[in-house]
Amino acid sequence: MVHLFEMLGSFFCLDVPSGSVITTDRLTYLLLMLRNGVPGALGELSTFSGEERAEAEAEIDGLIAEGVIFSPEIPDSVRLADGVVKAMCLNVTHDCNLRCKYCFADGGAYGGKRGSMSLDTAKAAIDMLLASSGTRRNLEVDFFGGEPMLNFETVKQTVAYARACEGAFGKRIRFTLTTNATVMDEGSIDFLNREMSNVVLSIDGRSEVHDSMRRFAGGRGSFARAKENALKFRAARGDKDYYVRGTYTAENLDFCSDVLFLNDCGFDKVSIEPAVLPAASPYALGMSNVDKLKGEYLRLAEEYYKRRSALGRDKFSFFHFMMDLSGGPCEKKRLLGCGAGAEYVAVSPDGGIFPCHQFIGRAEFGMGNVFDGLRPNGIPERFSANTVSSKDGCKKCWAKYYCSGGCAANAYNLNGRLDAPVDYLCELQKTRTECAIAVAALEASDGFGTADFGAAANKA
Amino acid sequence: MKHIRVIARAAIDRSEHTGCGECQASCQSACKTSCTVANQPCESKRVNRKEASGNK
Repeated sequence: MVHLFEMLGSFFCLDVPSGSVITTDRLTYLLLMLRNGVPGALGELSTFSGEERAEAEAEIDGLIAEGVIFSPEIPDSVRLADGVVKAMCLNVTHDCNLRCKYCFADGGAYGGKRGSMSLDTAKAAIDMLLASSGTRRNLEVDFFGGEPMLNFETVKQTVAYARACEGAFGKRIRFTLTTNATVMDEGSIDFLNREMSNVVLSIDGRSEVHDSMRRFAGGRGSFARAKENALKFRAARGDKDYYVRGTYTAENLDFCSDVLFLNDCGFDKVSIEPAVLPAASPYALGMSNVDKLKGEYLRLAEEYYKRRSALGRDKFSFFHFMMDLSGGPCEKKRLLGCGAGAEYVAVSPDGGIFPCHQFIGRAEFGMGNVFDGLRPNGIPERFSANTVSSKDGCKKCWAKYYCSGGCAANAYNLNGRLDAPVDYLCELQKTRTECAIAVAALEASDGFGTADFGAAANKA
Repeated sequence: MKHIRVIARAAIDRSEHTGCGECQASCQSACKTSCTVANQPCESKRVNRKEASGNK
């Protein structure tokens, strides 16, 4: 299977099984369309000479013989759950000082009581992670909530405890933290920059967009404080990883402006996600928004490529456009995806274990607790078998090795099934992937695109 | 070649030795609500690259 697409003024062909990528002139693109079963290309092809066509056909045949394009489909080798847990989302608090309108976590309470994780529970979670990680050396703990900085003392002491224990197990724990950036000072910024391998700061973009959604419990917008703290954090962060991350909703379909605004503010690493809400929500996105949203990703890809070319690639990274075309993850990782419910779990403040943070509070997905360990109830097997190889909607999708079949929690929350990806999220993911491949391909070839093949092979 | 430029060949490593599980969980980074996985670096390639550059 190959996927053909036009982006940033160039033509691309992705070979799905191998991940090979080529860029072509218009003539070759038309010939590839024909070979891919699109007869509409025939008319335009007649404007090229027989000699030119034969030349391009020969190049196509050569790459097919080499296995670069139209490579054979190979059965996927899924790695099923082996009882190893290597990544943990630690919900150190189920409380928040904000009341974001799109919050999936019920303003931090996750449909239950507000409260914080005790240090004893956090230590038991670390103990379980170290004991359950098998031969994996690199482990991960993400401090999440609610707002984890409301329980900063537990964060600090948990890191100290884990650092004291990891060596005896031969492990290295990477800590990350996701925060709304409203509860930070010099001391906590210094700690985060020292201990966290990645920090995600939630800002939605333009002040009016952010303040419409992300308000303090008293109703005041949180933009000014979040931006001020995040800029201080950025200034002190150096070259360590961080992302300023936003959520867009039906209220800001022009989200490209929010991404560019964040970059203009001085944030060089930005991510933005579509809100995932029930259709009844006034902020919900759906298939009716897809054309507009795809246009926004295209607008972003153009401006992104332009800015990186003009200012330097280190001045602007957009999470979903970062793709290493030759050194990305292996097949098994692409099939496994996030690993939720198998090698990745989330822990609630009372020590309950769930497949990921989005399943916390759903008793039917309870996997045990950090004091007694994982309960053998088939959830790891169920989640690890839920791959693109098993989902009917994914098996024939060209993007399956780039999205891993989407988020199981989103599928469950909106479609009631773990294996039923959400249609509009699939469409957006496909466009994001095309943008990412196009930008990466042009950057990998120092801007060599379709126009550089010359006018003769590109005539319309 | 005059009409085609190859940007990446056989980028998806399907060999037997892969799947070490040392790479970052994709939902731990900057999304938390989506599952973009292709932008995650391979940990073993990253370590190899670092070691190679350190030996120069």
